[in-house]
Amino acid sequence: MANVIKLRKGYNIHLKGKAAETKRSVGQSAEYMLCPDTFVGVIPKLLVHEGDHVDAGEALFVDKRYPEVRFASPVSGTVCNVVRGDRRKILGIKIKADKEQQFYDFGKKDAASLLGEEVKSALLEAGLFGYIYQLPYAVSASPQQKPKAIFVSALRDMPLAGNFEFELQGNETDFQTGLTALSKIAKTYLGVGKSQNSDALLKAQDVEITIFDGPCPAGNVGVQVNHLLPVNKGETVWTVDPTFVLFFGRLFNTGKVNLKRTIAIGGSAISTPEYVEALIGTPFADILKDAFKRQEGIRLINGNPLTGIKSSLEDSVGVKTSEITAIPEGDHADEMLGWILPRTNQLSTSHSYFSWLLGKKEYDLDARIKGGERHIIMSGEYDKVLPMDIYGEFLIKAIIAGDIDKMEQLGIYEVSPEDFAVAEFVDSSKLELQRIVREGLDMLRKENA
Amino acid sequence: MKALRQYLDRIKPNFEKGGKLHAFQSIFDGLETFLFVPNTTSKVGTHIHDSIDSKRIMSMVVIAALPALLFGMYNVGYQNYLLAGKLAEASFFNVFFFGFLAVIPKVLVSYIIGLGIEFAWAQWKHEEIQEGFLVTGILIPLIIPVNCPLWILAIAVAFSVIICKEIFGGTGMNIFNPALCARAFLFFSYPSKMTGDSVWVATNSILGFGNDLPDGFTAATPLGEIGVGADVPYTVTDMITGFIPGSIGETSVIAIAIGAIILLWTGIASWRTMGSVFAGGIITAVIFNLLDMTPISWYEHIVLGGFCFGAVFMATDPVTSARTSFGQYVYGALIGAMAIIIRVMNPGYPEGMMLAILFANMLAPLIDYCVVQTNINKRMKRLTQNNK
Repeated sequence: MANVIKLRKGYNIHLKGKAAETKRSVGQSAEYMLCPDTFVGVIPKLLVHEGDHVDAGEALFVDKRYPEVRFASPVSGTVCNVVRGDRRKILGIKIKADKEQQFYDFGKKDAASLLGEEVKSALLEAGLFGYIYQLPYAVSASPQQKPKAIFVSALRDMPLAGNFEFELQGNETDFQTGLTALSKIAKTYLGVGKSQNSDALLKAQDVEITIFDGPCPAGNVGVQVNHLLPVNKGETVWTVDPTFVLFFGRLFNTGKVNLKRTIAIGGSAISTPEYVEALIGTPFADILKDAFKRQEGIRLINGNPLTGIKSSLEDSVGVKTSEITAIPEGDHADEMLGWILPRTNQLSTSHSYFSWLLGKKEYDLDARIKGGERHIIMSGEYDKVLPMDIYGEFLIKAIIAGDIDKMEQLGIYEVSPEDFAVAEFVDSSKLELQRIVREGLDMLRKENA
Repeated sequence: MKALRQYLDRIKPNFEKGGKLHAFQSIFDGLETFLFVPNTTSKVGTHIHDSIDSKRIMSMVVIAALPALLFGMYNVGYQNYLLAGKLAEASFFNVFFFGFLAVIPKVLVSYIIGLGIEFAWAQWKHEEIQEGFLVTGILIPLIIPVNCPLWILAIAVAFSVIICKEIFGGTGMNIFNPALCARAFLFFSYPSKMTGDSVWVATNSILGFGNDLPDGFTAATPLGEIGVGADVPYTVTDMITGFIPGSIGETSVIAIAIGAIILLWTGIASWRTMGSVFAGGIITAVIFNLLDMTPISWYEHIVLGGFCFGAVFMATDPVTSARTSFGQYVYGALIGAMAIIIRVMNPGYPEGMMLAILFANMLAPLIDYCVVQTNINKRMKRLTQNNK
């Protein structure tokens, strides 16, 4: 029987437009774009030039700091454009896809018989190692540090998040192979949600399974690490998104890099919320053809409404795109006297509204902040939705003050920005907590480098 | 609604940078955001936000304080007519309206002076107006005697907003509760207007309402009477309903209880703080009862004076109270115990709630420091164990 951890803190947000469990395949696009920015903490150094031809799986760029960490092309084709921003920062590498896809063959391997180092070098060679993240700092992992453990959370519980169990259907073997491979590097923990019951999760081999029973953000891998094996200063744990476990499994089972993933398309501005299957790098414009209820006043989000990034149709599927959501922008809502009216169509954790009496009613929320930024006034707001052994409010204050010693003492090595996503939603002072945490992590990473 | 929005949009450019009314931008922004929820959308971070904001929170506290204010007005009239011996023939309206006329100038002075400073400060700093004073502005008139002169009140409000709040950085950064700072300022600077037996009942008629009371009348608060060793001429029912002399808003336990329910229901006040103030007060009073050091029983200690008002509206101020859950228990209990200790053991002050809360405000960061330090120590211990 798997270990069950019950979490009481947190808050589930129910939004309109949850994706129905039907899958549509997106045909091959003309161009694909891989954005280095989606690998947090990586400074890209190009390996290809415009006009070069690459096979799917061949590296497009490496991390400047760790040149052995390569990043694979999702498709075979010709590099047609390197999109650059300010100070020649590489924003994306565009590849014109071949009609007939060529996969670079890395050779099938039996994951069960490999050593940890062999798994690591196989992932490095195939350009997939960069998909592994690490705590501390919540950045793409450094290959030079040996992790204390590896954590995979199969639960996605952010609002409108894609259901990993649905993605898992038909990919069970690859998932198990991926887990087995990871378990060779270090002890691997698999976090499963209470409502998840697929055998591939609950009967997974070579990993320690823990069931997390609690509201969002119980699915955050950082929260799970905090309850199982908190990160101390000087230690490293690796965290892997369950979709990437599938990528790793495919590499060992087929010898190819296949970055096909299942993405939930949801939100109240989407006419038919459903799942699509697409490669990393697929342009949003191809996925979201005629998907919107209306053309104007829509906030398109690469990711879910809590942790996703504001985006547009020119963007493409990134590494963390387990869902694409669209909600009303709301910048012309003109809602009157919000400080006193009941506002029954608004969701709030505060009992000065009535949404707490309405159970699991689904809300159509827009992108307004709904208030002005203030100093932290109310106490305990963050701690109510942060199921970690951490004083969130004090940590945030330490980061704002730039007090590095205090940040370390209060456990900044154990958090990632997404752990504060629900806290940022409920915050009555409207502070940008995820940005603050990211700045704190970057500050420490620079300091400790 | 649309017309109003269009009007605001039309005049808005005047207040923006380069506009001729730019000096009033904060005021315009304050008014606009009160009329309409800001349409600003998020740029980074979460794309959706809870509808709660600081305006709503402060408004709820003001609403919670209204029963105490309304009852306070009635009681001001009641005490005046009672002392004049004309209570029997006065109508409810006459009694209430006299109280209204006596109290409303204090509310106005408090808001006009306080908000005036806040608006000017926000404009000077190019910040949005912070809503904290909405609460302070209604609490100050509730904790002063009805005979407190308006000019003194004005000075106290200005002192509290500038010295106790804004120089620390505004709402959310202050160490001491601004409303209590105003009261402490009055208490120590103008003691003759704040204590004694002639300040608690309105003495002059206003616009033909109420009665002129003769010079030399006395009406002390029950705690004042106990302080000088006299018997309390009121029943416990009077103390709970609030028909006794005292600061304007502090007398009625029932009106304060309605406010407490609103604050606890909306979750704005911490039940931990509020509950532990009462627990601390009751336990300390019971101990003094057992030691026979106080002439009144423990429940009279709780219902008399500013204990309930302080526990519900002052101790629970999230900014100046302890911020950790465990810290709130300690903080509350400290206030409750301290208030009763000052009442019983200090011969100088018949009431101790204000000083107890200010004292605990001062200690709140220390309490939090200790609580947070246990978490830090746990982390350090884990680190050293791992490194062994």
